[in-house]
Amino acid sequence: MAFLDGTTQTNQPPVQKSDDAAGYYTLGAPLVDPVAPTGPIADRWKNRKFENRLVNPANRRKLDIIIVGTGLAGGAAAATLGEAGYNVSTFCYQDSPRRAHSIAAQGGINAAKNYKEDGDSTHRLFYDTVKGGDYRARENNVYRLAEESANIIDQCVAQGVPFAREYGGLLDNRSFGGVQVSRTFYARGQTGQQLLIGAYQAMERQVAAGTVKQYTRHEMLEVILVDGKARGIVTRDMVTGAIDTHLADVVVLATGGYGNVFYLSTNAMGSNVTAAWRAHRKGAYMANPCYTQIHPTCIPVTGDHQSKLTLMSESLRNDGRIWVPKDPKDADKDPRDIPEEARDYFLERIYPAFGNLVPRDIASRAAKYQCDDGKGVGPLVKEVDEHGVERMVRRGVYLDFTEAISRLGEDGVREKYDNLFDMYARITGENPYETPMRIYPAVHYVMGGLWVDYHLQSSIEGLFVAGEANFSDHGANRLGASALMQGLADGYFVLPNTIREYLADGPFDKIDESHPSVVAARTEVEERINRFMTIGGTRSADSFHKELGRIMWEYCGMERTETGLKKAIGLIRDLKKAFWSDLKVLGTADTLNQSLEKAGRVIDFIELGELMCIDALNRRESCGGHFRAESQTEDGEAMRHDDEFAYVAAWEFGGEDGLPVLHKEDLIYTAIEMKQRSYK
Amino acid sequence: MNLTLKIWRQKDATSAGALKTYTVDGISPDMSFLEMLDELNEQLNEKGEEPVAFDNDCREGICGMCSLMINGQPHGPEVTTTCQLHMRSFKSGDTITIEPWRADSFPIIKDLVVDRSAFDRIIQSGGFISANTGSAPEANSVPAPRDKAMRAFNVATCIGCGGCVAACPNGSASLFLGAKITHLGELPQGQPERYTRVVDMVGQHDHEGFGGCTNIGECAAACPKEIPLDVISQLNKDLRTAMQMGL
Repeated sequence: MAFLDGTTQTNQPPVQKSDDAAGYYTLGAPLVDPVAPTGPIADRWKNRKFENRLVNPANRRKLDIIIVGTGLAGGAAAATLGEAGYNVSTFCYQDSPRRAHSIAAQGGINAAKNYKEDGDSTHRLFYDTVKGGDYRARENNVYRLAEESANIIDQCVAQGVPFAREYGGLLDNRSFGGVQVSRTFYARGQTGQQLLIGAYQAMERQVAAGTVKQYTRHEMLEVILVDGKARGIVTRDMVTGAIDTHLADVVVLATGGYGNVFYLSTNAMGSNVTAAWRAHRKGAYMANPCYTQIHPTCIPVTGDHQSKLTLMSESLRNDGRIWVPKDPKDADKDPRDIPEEARDYFLERIYPAFGNLVPRDIASRAAKYQCDDGKGVGPLVKEVDEHGVERMVRRGVYLDFTEAISRLGEDGVREKYDNLFDMYARITGENPYETPMRIYPAVHYVMGGLWVDYHLQSSIEGLFVAGEANFSDHGANRLGASALMQGLADGYFVLPNTIREYLADGPFDKIDESHPSVVAARTEVEERINRFMTIGGTRSADSFHKELGRIMWEYCGMERTETGLKKAIGLIRDLKKAFWSDLKVLGTADTLNQSLEKAGRVIDFIELGELMCIDALNRRESCGGHFRAESQTEDGEAMRHDDEFAYVAAWEFGGEDGLPVLHKEDLIYTAIEMKQRSYK
Repeated sequence: MNLTLKIWRQKDATSAGALKTYTVDGISPDMSFLEMLDELNEQLNEKGEEPVAFDNDCREGICGMCSLMINGQPHGPEVTTTCQLHMRSFKSGDTITIEPWRADSFPIIKDLVVDRSAFDRIIQSGGFISANTGSAPEANSVPAPRDKAMRAFNVATCIGCGGCVAACPNGSASLFLGAKITHLGELPQGQPERYTRVVDMVGQHDHEGFGGCTNIGECAAACPKEIPLDVISQLNKDLRTAMQMGL
């Protein structure tokens, strides 16, 4: 089918034949992006920026914007909207916006600058990203992301972000997993930190200018809807326990991802889903919640005491070679004593074109299979399998820099990866310059999130969602160095240009604290907190969180099956009951109370976990990091089913005891042809 | 490992605090210091005693949220963040004293949690480059010499934890300040505001009640990101130049 703009529709809307999740959900009306642009793809964003109405400077002063979350997306949006002259209020749970978890991103940020003249372009970055996301991202949003990528670098350099440079003083690049060009800009292994500090400083500049008001140690616990529109939030001051309402013309959530649903993940301890989940319960659809990215290069788990996992930048795969002993009997030998011919460089063997730089999902799964086959290295750890049987497995593969050290010298390697090597040494007590590192996949980033249209507006009018908290740009998988790109593109460039179309209708009718909807939202929060405090059971919130994490990792982690997911849903429902009858929160609600904070987050994770399993159960296909064992090729690779599942699964809250409602948004590609991914 | 912990307990900003003694057992040397505290808190919760409040977030040594004076040293005996300090640095049977940051400019909120918002206000006073969004020139149109960019990066790694202030007998934040002044001052983009920036930031630093620098060097010795002491020389040099300019 040809369109007027000369593009061709390359796939048909899917017809879902399988229904594994029957009985766990109800089917709602199909969903479309009401503001999706059409026309030649390269012009869509440019045209939209022009079409969106303007708000004149005198009117901007009369408009109030609430931004929840002050990482890359929220901080950048606050800086830009504040500078434009709107009244912005920002909220974060940390003691300073500079602590947002964007700060922990290590490797880099992509931009189609083509500084290396190696064939890069906006279109190629767009293509790589859609392909990397296994054709489950929206092409409109991804193209816009690729287009804005070059501006991000300009912006950050102007702010003083100290990117790596070459001797001539120009910017340096490196390559990342899933691509064959060098388009990644970096600041050693601390790119996220430098970008975040840039956004934070830009935002603090606006705080000083009086356009941005900053609330720290505040947690958003409810969204306030008036006549179906988001008009404010309810927060808890985490120091005094005060429950406050904040009203505005528009609310932006830039609250990051929910990887902590797995308990062990690379997320910060405080990263949570509460803001997004409270919005979901009020009518914002949650899209593709089961899309979790498992990152291949994390430091392996060592025992039950562990509170989190630490990622080692994927950039290490540029120089490190991944291998396991060919013979399981070599598992506990000193790796340096294992001769070359007894090593299996499995990624280089199976995927010769990309080698160690295959995308994250491919590298992760390959490592898992090696360990499942008994070829893993490191300490034996206890696991419980699907049938409840205990087993001892080694969960680690080597990431070896011997060859890189002989090529670049130890100093050369130190210059590129110094802090990562130090971090590894500190956590494991081993010197990675002398003996190969051990790595294993861990939960890192989530591609699912609140559903948004092209303007980043959720299914609640006036509620916008930016960065990792929305679902739109990464599909079923995320390539390296694309998360920072999305956060900053949304914050600096996209949201400020789309939100004005909404705000051009404002200022909206003034409401005050006594409005019935405001009072109701506030009461809801107070009653909920009171409920946590008065259960008086025996178990800490943390113990529920750990149990949820084990269920999620076992049944909704790297590999999923119909039986496993159904079992998980049952376990999670039991866990939810146990939570409400056996939770114990000590202390009082009117002081800093970290147990109370955790309780609120954990129950939201439990509810989300159930929805993730239902989403995973419905999607009987393997794509990206989501591997359904029932859907694989003869040689064990992920097998997509575009004829059935080329859609975004947007879930509507079905009520406290109701079933979630599935709305499908068809993914129609006009500028790109859907292909099976192959990295061989 | 079995440990005796002496921990500062303080109900809120206005109450008096005191050290309280606890014992924990079953601590693995592979645990981080914060995981050891998690374990203590689980044990306290079971016993019906309110868990100890402490700040932490990324647990990867980069967000700067974790703090704690451990046996009188910021972040403890190793040059690292508290989250990256592991129990293998201690021996079974040890007694460990755990207190909040000690500095008037970082008032205690509860137990081991302090208020470091003064750092945000110092940044607000000038710790940025005034670049409006959307109007930036092409990134490679302003080359930055590699050695200067490297130095800027090396000091931009400051995580704003406040360990330098806690280590300083004067409660000075000069290392934090010097790191930011040097980061922005080394780059071509940072030049236009270079001298007004240092005057404004030093002014805010003093206004917040941080002490003056007397070159003791405890800050740099304690800094988990190994920010070098010479950023303070850079700070003083820029301040002197600004004074000569009459700013």
